Amino acid sequence: MTTNAGSAPAASTAVASWRVLAGRGLKVAAFCLVIAVVLIALFGDAFGHAVVYSLCIGLSCWLFIDVGGDLIAPLLSMPDFGSDSVRAGWRGWIWMTVLVLVGATLGYATGNGIANFLTGEHQPGPFNASLRQLRTVLVLAFVPAVTMTYFLISREIIARQRAEVETAQRHAAEQQLKLLESQLEPHMLFNTLANLRVLIGIDATRAQAMLDRLIAFLRASLEGSRARTHPLAAEFERLRDYLALMQVRMGERLQTRLDLPAGLESAQVPPLLLQPLVENSIKHGLEPKVAGGRIEVSAAREGDALVLRVRDSGVGFDALAAGDGRYGLAHIRERLATLHGERARFEIVADDAPDGGTLATLRLPFSTDAPEPVAAPPSR
Amino acid sequence: MKARALIAEDEPLLAESLRGELAALWPALEIAATVGDGAAAVEAALALRPEVVFLDIRMPGMNGLEAAQALAEDWPEDVPFPLLVFVTAYDQYALQAFERAAVDYVLKPVQTARLAATVRRLQDALAAKATSPPAVELGDVVERLRGLLAPGSPAAAPRAEPLRVVQVGVGNAIHMVPIDDVLYFEAADKYVRVVTADREHLIRTSLRELLPRLDASRFWQIHRGTVVRADAIVSVERDESGRATLKTQGRPDRLVVSRLYAHRFKAM
Repeated sequence: MTTNAGSAPAASTAVASWRVLAGRGLKVAAFCLVIAVVLIALFGDAFGHAVVYSLCIGLSCWLFIDVGGDLIAPLLSMPDFGSDSVRAGWRGWIWMTVLVLVGATLGYATGNGIANFLTGEHQPGPFNASLRQLRTVLVLAFVPAVTMTYFLISREIIARQRAEVETAQRHAAEQQLKLLESQLEPHMLFNTLANLRVLIGIDATRAQAMLDRLIAFLRASLEGSRARTHPLAAEFERLRDYLALMQVRMGERLQTRLDLPAGLESAQVPPLLLQPLVENSIKHGLEPKVAGGRIEVSAAREGDALVLRVRDSGVGFDALAAGDGRYGLAHIRERLATLHGERARFEIVADDAPDGGTLATLRLPFSTDAPEPVAAPPSR
Repeated sequence: MKARALIAEDEPLLAESLRGELAALWPALEIAATVGDGAAAVEAALALRPEVVFLDIRMPGMNGLEAAQALAEDWPEDVPFPLLVFVTAYDQYALQAFERAAVDYVLKPVQTARLAATVRRLQDALAAKATSPPAVELGDVVERLRGLLAPGSPAAAPRAEPLRVVQVGVGNAIHMVPIDDVLYFEAADKYVRVVTADREHLIRTSLRELLPRLDASRFWQIHRGTVVRADAIVSVERDESGRATLKTQGRPDRLVVSRLYAHRFKAM
């Protein structure tokens, strides 16, 4: 037997949890009462007789099929609790058929015996019935067993799938929030506001220009994830906003160069793709350096590829690898993979240049149309 | 009330603005210097010995907290320790710690009314200080800063597995130095010196990054730049001025124990 450590039910026990079992048992009992009503209506059975027999037989059939299946699954090589359907009780067509046939037969015999004991009657079970009586047994045991098994399993599969969708949605919302938090870093925001507050008093025109940059930056950060792609010119404009804000804060400690050659303005890139790289360069490369330094963003076309580079002369790659910049980098990888699959490349290395810090290189298919998305990789 | 202040703030506009606001709120306060990083702040403060120091928390190189630590370690005994005011844009975890460790803290953007309250607080503290002997007062500062630097503060989040081997790059080779062979680690600019009984290595990391990876019960910090393996300490001595130094096995050199960590060494 292979254990699947990733799924909690398998890690604890092969039997489904008590709460799940109790829930299924209640549903089976309710179904048994329906059968009892049918028996009373069709065959004119006595009320007490019908209820006792259908409950006893129904519940013991269920125990044999469901719990029995759980218990013998480890002994035989039945599919283990790995997938959702197996966790819901489904064990493949062959095993399910065997389980229902054997379980319903044994369950009928046991339940019938218990009911006989309780009522003092002597109803025949599957092993001591005449051929005509066996027909009733067949109808009363197998049809409900198959119906109920199908009903229980399909319902649980649906419930599990729904729970999974909800988890995925919650996860996506959390990711979105995390991204927003990483873009609107409080430290950056409050320091920018502090500078703005000072500028208002001493240079209103410059303050206004800075406020316009801040507005554009905030709008882009909040709306950034809605569009799949935007033109490279817009991407550079957003970087200009951000760097202008940082320029006011860092003064001479920050030198910037943005190089967007003619002809590449309309190349499509995911919005704010470069933003985390530039932010990392400043936060982990230049801000910790007393002398400050230089940051260069450039675009180039190499054959079919659009190559984007973010280079800084900061303290270097080690500090970045150890810092909290990893989330932003993982996010870039994820976005490129979703949009371009294997055709996009992203690497970040220590820059070889004499005053080099970090060099990030992005390589993605050159296109001036919004690209056809590659199917997202399966989530599991 | 006359006093001299030092401003350490890496953003030029903000430094200039703080200077201006202080001039309006406290005309008798002389700004002795304005510096842009932690190391410069320590140097300027030790040279100029101001009564008040405004320290930005996030500064390049040495940050505001480290600068405060360095000041507490190196400040001369016979001069009153300056009143510290931390200035920060956003530190959600540390505000309480700042409040305990400093006279006050101010959030950026600095608002005039809030700064006025800080100024009153500083003036009251300076007035009270004129009557208290400085030695007691430095001990008080040391006690407060110790709280800020103690394990459990957000700066010292524990990592999973303590380091067992120090991997030292030598040319194209990696030397594996067992952690039990290390006598002490010493900060050296951007590097850390790893000292064993017979050798010294340099690793390209900062002591700040290294510290959380060391077993704190075995490796004791004795100075902002020195971490010693406790088992390797032979003796600790104090000279006439109260300065403590220690000796490790097999090394002739004496390591300085700063007053922030001297409390660890008491006879049983």
